[in-house]
Amino acid sequence: MSDQSWPLWEVFIRTRNGLAHRHVGSVHAVDATMALHAARDTYTRRGEGLSVWVVPSASITASDPADKDMMFEPTASKIYRHPTFYEIPDEVGHM
Amino acid sequence: MYTQALNTQDSAPVAKSDPQADSRFQARVDAEEKIEPNDAMPEAYRRTLTRQIAQHAHSEIVGMLPEGNWITRAPSLKRKAALLAKVQDEGGHGAYLYAAAETLGTSREQMEEQLLSGAAKYSSIFNYPTLTWADIGIVGWLVDGAAIMNQIPLCRCSYGPYARAMVRVCKEESFHQRQGYEIMIALCKGTPAQKQMAQEALNRWWWPVLMMFGPPDKDSLHTESAMRWKIKRFTNDELRQKFVDATVPQGHFLGLTFPDPALKFDTTTQHWNYGEIDWAEFKRVVAGDGPCNRQRMKQMRAKHTDNAWVREAANAYANKRRQRAAAMPIAAE
Ligand SMILES: [Fe+2]
Ligand SMILES: [Fe+2]
Repeated sequence: MSDQSWPLWEVFIRTRNGLAHRHVGSVHAVDATMALHAARDTYTRRGEGLSVWVVPSASITASDPADKDMMFEPTASKIYRHPTFYEIPDEVGHM
Repeated sequence: MYTQALNTQDSAPVAKSDPQADSRFQARVDAEEKIEPNDAMPEAYRRTLTRQIAQHAHSEIVGMLPEGNWITRAPSLKRKAALLAKVQDEGGHGAYLYAAAETLGTSREQMEEQLLSGAAKYSSIFNYPTLTWADIGIVGWLVDGAAIMNQIPLCRCSYGPYARAMVRVCKEESFHQRQGYEIMIALCKGTPAQKQMAQEALNRWWWPVLMMFGPPDKDSLHTESAMRWKIKRFTNDELRQKFVDATVPQGHFLGLTFPDPALKFDTTTQHWNYGEIDWAEFKRVVAGDGPCNRQRMKQMRAKHTDNAWVREAANAYANKRRQRAAAMPIAAE
């Protein structure tokens, strides 16, 4: 087959102002302009967004699920990072 | 369903399994945890899902053919706009699904090649012709209706990317079914000739639509593992029964008669009983001998070769721009 494979792009959409862009899926495209067009056609056919980002998938550095414990477990023991760790007398009221 | 042809033995060599890793995986699935792309998973799970999602994607794409066939002949501008939007949605569904399958490590090009070579299957239903405008009503009402029945539980599938793709798809399918049913209402309230056209379309499509749910549970090869892995939440027969129960009253509302003399409401079970499905026909169509199999494959291959210049031009243009950018002196330095 004559076609070389087109790079993969991850698509992020801001559904309305005030919200962050959120990952919605991916598209194949030869370049950023084409990726943007494909993302628009594929993921915003019903007013799903006001802004689209496309990012080459290869540019994303992701944590390895196998390292999940090393990465995230240490926070589980740090309960003093949460407001509920501290005792405030009821008389003080909401804080 | 769109993946009914999964009911064939997988001829690939059996993957080695690690019982300990497999039971850790099963525990996560049992706890309703979602499995994400880079997570450890049994090879058989990866392979089953890849085949299922690819078949589903192929069905969306091939499914554009029988409906696309009527876009230029839609009876009004409203119907034309709706059909065009629906067919475009199906292309989108194929795109979401290929993207979900790719996260399991098979490229879209590979999947497409498997479809074009005939190695991969798509739903048997798209091997039936859309002979009249009423067939377009039937496809929306029944084919999309059956697809929705199947796809709603897939929104809770254990594999995250597939489940998320299904959520998007299900949001869009509702319009597909409703526009189809509206076509049926218009025909059934129309002239006697229109009503007859609607009835004939139902007669042609009813049994093939019931086959969409795949072989009966007793003959279904992969139901057990698919249920255990929470890829599937209901068996083929359960989904088929749900569909019949939901659809028969809709057909009666239209004043149509289902082509099944055995169709009868059972007051004790509160279900509609239906007659024997011709599984020999189903096997024939899945094996490649349905009314339109050859035509569909011919169209898919022609589309692939006829559009090759677009892919080549896009690549050439991107390369040229890259080279130009590389040759440009770096102004900021
Ligand atoms: Fe679809
Ligand atoms: Fe649809």
